[in-house]
Amino acid sequence: MAMLNFERKYRIRGGALVGGDLFDFWLGAFYVGFFGVTAAFFSLLGTALLVYGAAIGPTWNLWQINIAPPDLSYGLGLAPLHEGGIWQLVTICAIGAFVSWALREVEICRKLGMGYHVPVAFGSAILAYVTLQVIRPVLLGAWGHAFPYGIFSHLDWVSNIAYQYLHFHYNPAHMVAVTFFFTTVLALALHGSLVLSALNPPKGEVVKGAEHENTFFRDNIGYSIGTLGIHRFGLLLAINAGVWSAICIVVSGPFWTRSWTDWWAWWLNLPIWN
Amino acid sequence: MNTKIHLVATLAAMLGLLAACGERPPIEVQQVGYRGTGMEQNVNPRLREKLIAVNQIGGVQPPADASGPLAKDVYQNVQVLSDLSVGEFTRVMLSMTEWVAPEGQKNCTYCHNAENYADESLYQYQVARSMLRMTRDINTNWQSHVKETGVTCHTCHRGGPVPQYVWFTDPGKGRENAFIGTRAGQNSAVTGLGITTIGHSTLPYDPYSPFLLGDLDIRINGPTALPTGNNKSTKQAEWTYALMVHMANSLGVNCTYCHNSRAWADWDQSTPQRTVAWYGIRMARGLNNQYLVPLTEVFPANRKGPLGDVAKINCQTCHQGVYKPYFGESMAKAYPELQGVKAPPVDPNAAPADATSAPAGTSTPAATPAAAPAAEAKPKDGSKMAQRGGPTTVAAVFDR
Repeated sequence: MAMLNFERKYRIRGGALVGGDLFDFWLGAFYVGFFGVTAAFFSLLGTALLVYGAAIGPTWNLWQINIAPPDLSYGLGLAPLHEGGIWQLVTICAIGAFVSWALREVEICRKLGMGYHVPVAFGSAILAYVTLQVIRPVLLGAWGHAFPYGIFSHLDWVSNIAYQYLHFHYNPAHMVAVTFFFTTVLALALHGSLVLSALNPPKGEVVKGAEHENTFFRDNIGYSIGTLGIHRFGLLLAINAGVWSAICIVVSGPFWTRSWTDWWAWWLNLPIWN
Repeated sequence: MNTKIHLVATLAAMLGLLAACGERPPIEVQQVGYRGTGMEQNVNPRLREKLIAVNQIGGVQPPADASGPLAKDVYQNVQVLSDLSVGEFTRVMLSMTEWVAPEGQKNCTYCHNAENYADESLYQYQVARSMLRMTRDINTNWQSHVKETGVTCHTCHRGGPVPQYVWFTDPGKGRENAFIGTRAGQNSAVTGLGITTIGHSTLPYDPYSPFLLGDLDIRINGPTALPTGNNKSTKQAEWTYALMVHMANSLGVNCTYCHNSRAWADWDQSTPQRTVAWYGIRMARGLNNQYLVPLTEVFPANRKGPLGDVAKINCQTCHQGVYKPYFGESMAKAYPELQGVKAPPVDPNAAPADATSAPAGTSTPAATPAAAPAAEAKPKDGSKMAQRGGPTTVAAVFDR
């Protein structure tokens, strides 16, 4: 791919965490780096293992392919390849690929002298995944507590895990996480529509700027968070959505075994009225 | 600065959450389905210790001599235990005193007139007679639910005159929000009886009246993935949900003990326990209507609910938080007297019994008064889920 003339300016040597100059090059538009190599390695190997798992399974139906974790009886040990071993290898590959991708983002940030906001934000998604597949299974003592890899199968797992606590909507951390997810979407919709309303006028009309945007929300709700603030706010909402998702599942099991509805008894038991 | 405040707030919220949970690893989990399906029972061994402590079988009297004259020939007005010897009869009476009579009154006069033991004037006497009939009925005709384990008076009473877990029809909370319609027994921390709602949820708090006294339709799922004519409402689903939460909490299990939530209605994907539970619902409903409601006029007002109804049973009455009462230990086995009408003692000198006539007191599952589950949803003990179940049985984790 031809390099655009302005890209030269940004393709800066250095900033690598590992490997020095060895991997410090671009492949077309993409920066490679040591972690680009490991990300490619883990994602290709992991995908190949998933295909292998599907090949030895009963179906090629994309919806029904299921790469399940081992039985609980294997605990935190290794399982035979065909009885959860593939799942274990795929999980290692997935974490390897996700973390490689985050560290590749760090290297690019370092090259450009930017803050680490993007890898940190991606890190909250990795945290949620690692919580589901590693931290919670370790706390409960078996890899079998993690979710299976499959479109329908992981949804069935989610459903049954939720009903292990009778009514998961009463999980307070789940409430917080869901609220952050919805609020993230609300904030993005407000922000996106506001920016388009100012910067993308119909033909023949003048492009407006931040003053128009701020004035709209001051008129509307009495306050505008501002052009920088909306991005801080959006990032705060989005990271919290991931973090509270991780919290809501890690407490289910290791720190609470009963119906989530019963958790709220603390409110009735407050000494104020009890 | 803002980041610090945010981090502190998040940490404080997490700590508050954990403090309100009050549980910690290690947790014992039992897999009951294929790996990765999430069909699992979670048991906190520290909570189980407490549960075991309060679920011990009651005092068992030493076995009695089955020979000798029959109680009905020696005592007057023996109507239910007429097949027992005097020794056996006395054993049951002594046991009942220990199991049922209140503290400080653990003697015969809780039920009997000391002047005349055949006198029926005390209401306790009449209730006890009906309850003896019920116990024998359960052990004989409800083996679809109680299997060989059976029940005794102690299964529910646990040493007191009124079982700890009974229910009255809830008078409701009035119509304080009638402006937007009735509350339908929802969205209240306490019920009209002044007790906390089922599982502290906002679900309807009296699912017993429609399902364990009446026989309203519990099954609200349609048979197809997409809505094809099923007109059951969300409201109805909430009543069913309330009954199911009651069942789960009564047994100390979660939904996946019986169901695979990907297909609630499908017996093929359910565990064998769902069949037992299906009969359990019919048993509770049957016993409430057959034995408890008819005692309405017998009980004094102070034993009745605010609407003048008698105390009735639900799953919790026997189970008391355990998947099988007393963690499956059979107390009834030590009490053949309560197993149903005994076969007359065999006279070794008599001619061989007629092979075609079954001995009295034996029963077949067909004698179950309940109809089998509807044909379109027939339970199968050999369901797929059972066959591919985890490496050990469900019971193992609770008994460990």
